Amino acid sequence: MTDTTKMQPMIWFALAGLSIALFLASGSLPALNDFPDAWVFSPTDFMNSLMGGFVSVFGPAFKAMGWLLEWPVRWSQALLEFLPWSVTTAVFVFLGLIGSGWKLGLFAGLSMIYMALIGYWDESMNSLAIVLISVPMAVATGFIFGVLGFYSNRARKIIVPILDLLQTIPAFAYLLPILILFGFGTTVGLVASILYAFPPMVRNTILGLRAVPEEIIEAGIMSGATPTQLFWKVRLPAAKKQMLLGLNQTTMAALSMVIIAAVIGGTNDIGWEVLNTMRKAQFGESLLAGFVIALIAMSLDRITHAFATKPKEIVRTGPNYWVIAVLVIAVLAALSTVFPFLRQWPEALLWNPAPTMNAALEWVVINGREWIEGIKNAAFFFVMLPIKIGLNKAVSPFTWGFELTPTLTLGYVGLVAAGMLWAAVKRRFTLAAIIMLWGVVSYIGLTEMPWIALFAIFVYAAYVTAGRNLAIGTAIGMAFLIIAGVWPESVLSIYLCGVAVLISFSLGTLIGIWASENNTVSSIVRPIMDTLQTMPLFVILIPFVMVFKIGEFTALLAIIAYAIVPAIRYTEHGLRNLPEHVIEAADTIGCTRRQLLFKVKLPLALPAIMLGLNQTIIYGIGMLVITALVGTNGLGQRIYIGLGNGDFGVGMTAGIGMAVIAMVADRMTQAISQRKQEQFGLVQQHI
Amino acid sequence: MPEGNVPSEQVKLSCRNVWKIYGSQPQQFFDGTKGNVGDASAARDLAQNIRDSEHIVAAANVSFDVHVGEIFVIMGLSGSGKSTVVRCLSRVVEPTAGEILMDGQDLLKVSKSELIEYRRHKMGMVFQNFGLMPHLNVLDNIAFPLEIQGISLKKRREKAREIIDLVGLQGREASFPSQLSGGQQQRVGIARSLAVEPELWFLDEPFSALDPLIRRQMQDEFLRLQRELNKSIVFITHDFLEALRIADRMAIMRDGEVVQIGRPVDLILNPANDYVKDFTNDVPSEMVLTAGDIANASRPLTPEMGHIPADTSLATLLPYLADNEAGIMVRDGDGNDLGAITARDVVKALATNAPEGAGA
Repeated sequence: MTDTTKMQPMIWFALAGLSIALFLASGSLPALNDFPDAWVFSPTDFMNSLMGGFVSVFGPAFKAMGWLLEWPVRWSQALLEFLPWSVTTAVFVFLGLIGSGWKLGLFAGLSMIYMALIGYWDESMNSLAIVLISVPMAVATGFIFGVLGFYSNRARKIIVPILDLLQTIPAFAYLLPILILFGFGTTVGLVASILYAFPPMVRNTILGLRAVPEEIIEAGIMSGATPTQLFWKVRLPAAKKQMLLGLNQTTMAALSMVIIAAVIGGTNDIGWEVLNTMRKAQFGESLLAGFVIALIAMSLDRITHAFATKPKEIVRTGPNYWVIAVLVIAVLAALSTVFPFLRQWPEALLWNPAPTMNAALEWVVINGREWIEGIKNAAFFFVMLPIKIGLNKAVSPFTWGFELTPTLTLGYVGLVAAGMLWAAVKRRFTLAAIIMLWGVVSYIGLTEMPWIALFAIFVYAAYVTAGRNLAIGTAIGMAFLIIAGVWPESVLSIYLCGVAVLISFSLGTLIGIWASENNTVSSIVRPIMDTLQTMPLFVILIPFVMVFKIGEFTALLAIIAYAIVPAIRYTEHGLRNLPEHVIEAADTIGCTRRQLLFKVKLPLALPAIMLGLNQTIIYGIGMLVITALVGTNGLGQRIYIGLGNGDFGVGMTAGIGMAVIAMVADRMTQAISQRKQEQFGLVQQHI
Repeated sequence: MPEGNVPSEQVKLSCRNVWKIYGSQPQQFFDGTKGNVGDASAARDLAQNIRDSEHIVAAANVSFDVHVGEIFVIMGLSGSGKSTVVRCLSRVVEPTAGEILMDGQDLLKVSKSELIEYRRHKMGMVFQNFGLMPHLNVLDNIAFPLEIQGISLKKRREKAREIIDLVGLQGREASFPSQLSGGQQQRVGIARSLAVEPELWFLDEPFSALDPLIRRQMQDEFLRLQRELNKSIVFITHDFLEALRIADRMAIMRDGEVVQIGRPVDLILNPANDYVKDFTNDVPSEMVLTAGDIANASRPLTPEMGHIPADTSLATLLPYLADNEAGIMVRDGDGNDLGAITARDVVKALATNAPEGAGA
């Protein structure tokens, strides 16, 4: 390791040098800068014909399956439409009440009433109906594969990578093959949400079954349990808690996919309502409908979570709520046959604040225009553009107010050189090399970087962080992106996501540190994070589109809003859950609070913080794809186009590209975190 | 010292030449030898040979007998193979070679379903970290082995209630394990292992996870229970003093091998090697040595002397001898006089058995 460590700065310098050389030489030989179109071998036609062949053989089978699957959805939609609003609301109230307490009951009840009040009852129930069918199916699927993966190592070796793939392929990309195989209809949403939601159940099943202490198993064996008894009476009950947490995650994933599936249209559900109104720039309506989704998400999350973590009661205290629930629901059902207002929310009580909201928004946008434009332009010209196309092109009289003269360029070079010198004096040669590389990339711009140089940088970074295997994987993945002709789009995606991740991570870590040191901050931040995390992705877009309209800046803000959550969460969690004795030792030695934070806590929390970075990237990529809806370029847009045209090849190539980027980033950050953890002797359970 | 029941001579469980090897091909070393590879040194050579071929020897040529009503303790440090051995006895861990005879029947030869019957009706086990079912309350945890046997809810709860009284958990029936202290949890563990009225009772470091005061109390209760129930017991511990307190006989294990087997006093008086001696050094001799061990037959017996049973520990004798210079007579169980002891004899015995450097 020492040899390669010594080599590191040299190689980084070489890579920076290579970038400059290729950039300069590309004037006479453009192929050095942009991968020549003639060399592109696009797999889209091949994929399309493959899919075409597949559909012509298996199409009828899938259509039949789709037809079968449509029935339970129809039944559940019919049921939820048939049930009086008062009865459904009561069901939710009691689920909340029994799961957690009157607070959750009230919350769930008010959420349901809100849906009725603003007139989105039917749409909400249609979405809920799909979730109602997809969750049990995803749970059953996940359970079966989880048990299989638990008992058979060989099965696990096949299952886990598939889960990784399913969870890194962007949600949008799921829809395309399903759409082609099953045809339009509610089935697409159902199948997509099952596929998207079952992996967490598999993971939690394996995790839960594995975590059952050996002694409990042995106690079961010593009691004379047969293998079957051992599974049903010992392993399964002991793993139940973890599996219920899986149910919670599965429910949330299913809901989020059902909402996303609305982009294919043709369904009268709440996701479609949000999307449709957003497209028509009816932001008031969009926000109201988005709020419905958020409320459904929060209710489902809290309720399933409450049941998962519910402590055991020694003796039932208070009345038996299940009995009361059945009674109340029966009475409400009976009453609603007599009083129509209990069955159908009365027209007179509908409330539509959307026009008022739209007017208010308009007022804000018109009157705050200077501010809004100012913020947007500053961010765009001074942060995003330089990273995207480099100082070389970004600095112009129109953007920065002056020309990038040779003198200024020289000054910039001097600045970078000074930074390198400072690092070199401190004998931190790798840092010096990285400063140089950073200087070069900032000047040329990420999207203008010669493809060979970028390729080499990524592969070497993978090698340094995670070793040879990842370097090879990265090389293959990147080569696919280049040859398939989606390299420019990939770099655009990397750029936007990279900027967002950088900001989210820096800001999130700071907030996380603050929250770990200050309980008030923590108690303020926590519910906001909970809300953001349970929010289906494209609801987060709404407020930003409202104010900043469509464009990259809006996308950036939306990604940050979503991706900052894990950065905050992991940092705070890491800092708050350090071994007590280490903190005590530091206190005894006489550390000030500041020293304690910087010299003890932060270094020790580094693995957790790095895991936060990992999650930030994954969240960022997840959101990135969705932002194609508000007009970003890159892979997300390609997926969206593929979806719109029903072009499997285009969408799938971009989807795979996204997955490649996500996986490489994931493995790199995981490796860093893991190395630190091993160094500190911490163990983490991971599937 | 255990008091009361005298273990019978009848062998309940016999562990003969048991080996447990981990690795890619553990069977290759035992072609038809049933683990009996010759004398002790041959076994040791084989163990070394196995280690050299990248296998792990968890238990090597382990042999011992457990008599009816006896508390047999296996003592060893962590990694010595003692937990593996106790698991081999019930085939929770499948031994690589050897014989395990329960009432003369080789358990390694019985079918899976017969084995399950043995576990259901003849064996009970207590675990270091209790191994309680987190989803069952105290009553149902205790009734769990009965549930596995398919006994009706009413009957098994009835039985569990009886046992709850035995271990002193009345009033905690509806609690869940997570709501109990360590000591209480182990009472549940003990109760559960007794629910099927086993003939063989395995305890794997049952008190090691408890704090010292509770541990002591639980040991006393364990001995009380054993006086009442008279089971044949294999008790695992890493605590030498605990072994001394409860063992009728004990085995010391190291690196998967049994180093010495005997009564605690035999081990102290005649340690087989330095390894055993290292343990015995820490033991206060007056706790272990009995009047019978040092009774001096050549001392004149006078009628005015008092007399005591041979198994009285020296510690209890000390106050008496301090006041009676003439000494005391020692009598065995049959009423024969074994000799007499004076204060000087005790001092001499303690001096010879004192830790190195402290006298001698």
